Amino acid sequence: MSIDWAALGSVFGVSLVVTVALVGLFTLGIVGLSRQERAVAQGGTATLAVAGAYACFAACTAAVAYGIYLIVA
Amino acid sequence: MESFSLILAIVVVTALAFDFTNGFHDTANAMATTISTGALKPKVAVAMSAVLNLVGAFLSVEVANTISKGLVDETGIRPEVIFAALVGAILWNLLTWLVGLPSSSSHALMGGLIGAAVASAGIGAVNGDVLVTKVLLPAIAAPIVAGLAALLATRMTYSLGRKADGRAAAKGYRAGQIASAGLVSLAHGTNDAQKTMGIITLALIAGGSLAPDSDPPVWVILSAGLAIALGTYLGGWRIIRTMGRGLTDLQPQQGFAAQTSAATVILASSHLGFSLSTTHSVSGAVMGAGLGRKGGVVRWSTATRMFVAWGLTLPAAALVAALAEWVCRAGDWGTALVAVFLVASSFAIWRISRREVVDHTNVVDAEEPGPAEPAGVVTTAMAAVSPPPAGATEDLAATVAAPAATADPKTPSATTV
Repeated sequence: MSIDWAALGSVFGVSLVVTVALVGLFTLGIVGLSRQERAVAQGGTATLAVAGAYACFAACTAAVAYGIYLIVA
Repeated sequence: MESFSLILAIVVVTALAFDFTNGFHDTANAMATTISTGALKPKVAVAMSAVLNLVGAFLSVEVANTISKGLVDETGIRPEVIFAALVGAILWNLLTWLVGLPSSSSHALMGGLIGAAVASAGIGAVNGDVLVTKVLLPAIAAPIVAGLAALLATRMTYSLGRKADGRAAAKGYRAGQIASAGLVSLAHGTNDAQKTMGIITLALIAGGSLAPDSDPPVWVILSAGLAIALGTYLGGWRIIRTMGRGLTDLQPQQGFAAQTSAATVILASSHLGFSLSTTHSVSGAVMGAGLGRKGGVVRWSTATRMFVAWGLTLPAAALVAALAEWVCRAGDWGTALVAVFLVASSFAIWRISRREVVDHTNVVDAEEPGPAEPAGVVTTAMAAVSPPPAGATEDLAATVAAPAATADPKTPSATTV
């Protein structure tokens, strides 16, 4: 019986890292946006937070695009 | 379209029927978390999933080709064997849908093929090693991988996102869930619609109306895509309810973490050469997300029933398929008998399901056990290992056949199964 432990291991590792990284990034983006929301409510802006948020979302979008590429290819 | 024998036509129709059950069985995988957290309205969610399944069906024919080319020896297989396999798979799918348990449609199909092959060619037709490496191990690995990833991701998003609140956060988690659910739908379309295409193509080759090694004809791709999309759109609301509410109570953060984990595991596994079942991954991810939140509790009684269903999927489908193949061998009337039996039992299952209707109107607001009280880590751990309280057990019965608000008045408190 030949169980492909290497493949299973890499699925395990990749899934773990990618999921946590993606969710982390996305959460940071959300944190940035809600900081802006609070700043606006107090009459200011939080430019840096917004820029960071969009950078995070861009990275997540790229990951989704790569996912679609994997499905199509 | 070449000239068709009757049996071939029956196989094609049955394969499309399987595709249809596959669609509504697996809607839950993509959309249960999205629906239960309220990110999308139920109808909108299933419509989106259906469209993406249809799109996915057209994206490639790679999976279809692995089934129709080389996996099974085309010369030795008769259309009746494929028919018997499909009968087993369809009945198992319908039965698990009736009791609202998510189970792998692929395992049902594989079980059906194994059972029919054994009945047709003897026990030697089964490769035990393949059974362990392709079926048993993935079924154990998938929920662990997806569950652990979802658990860590949930912890992460709760601790990082403590300062995230207000509309921005709500909108963000909503968008994230929709995106990852969309990915799962698309992946499902490319995978599962193609399985049916592969089966139909295999039957056409076996029946001699297609040359060996052909790609699936366009009408096969189109009809398989439509069948799975239609099934998805009708929505297996019972399974959606179990997955979205029955296993654990999901908040948007958890739904997002679970669905992202599932999408990642599905894509990673299919591209790193260790294929994991969509259903197993999503269920695992949902449970992991349930455990990841402080005070979150997984209802292990429901989970246990689900695991049992997973274990039974292959042998049960195989048994039915073997019986069907055995009857089919009696000649044309045997095949007709099996066809009639399939239609009759499908209808019976549908009738039983009407006693307690679960649809888009009540999929999220069915009676719930009390909200999980905020608990410390120890309490959570204890809740995880101790038997569920009576409330949870009652909820469990509710997923089987307890009367909902819309239950048919003629059949009060039907308790089937």
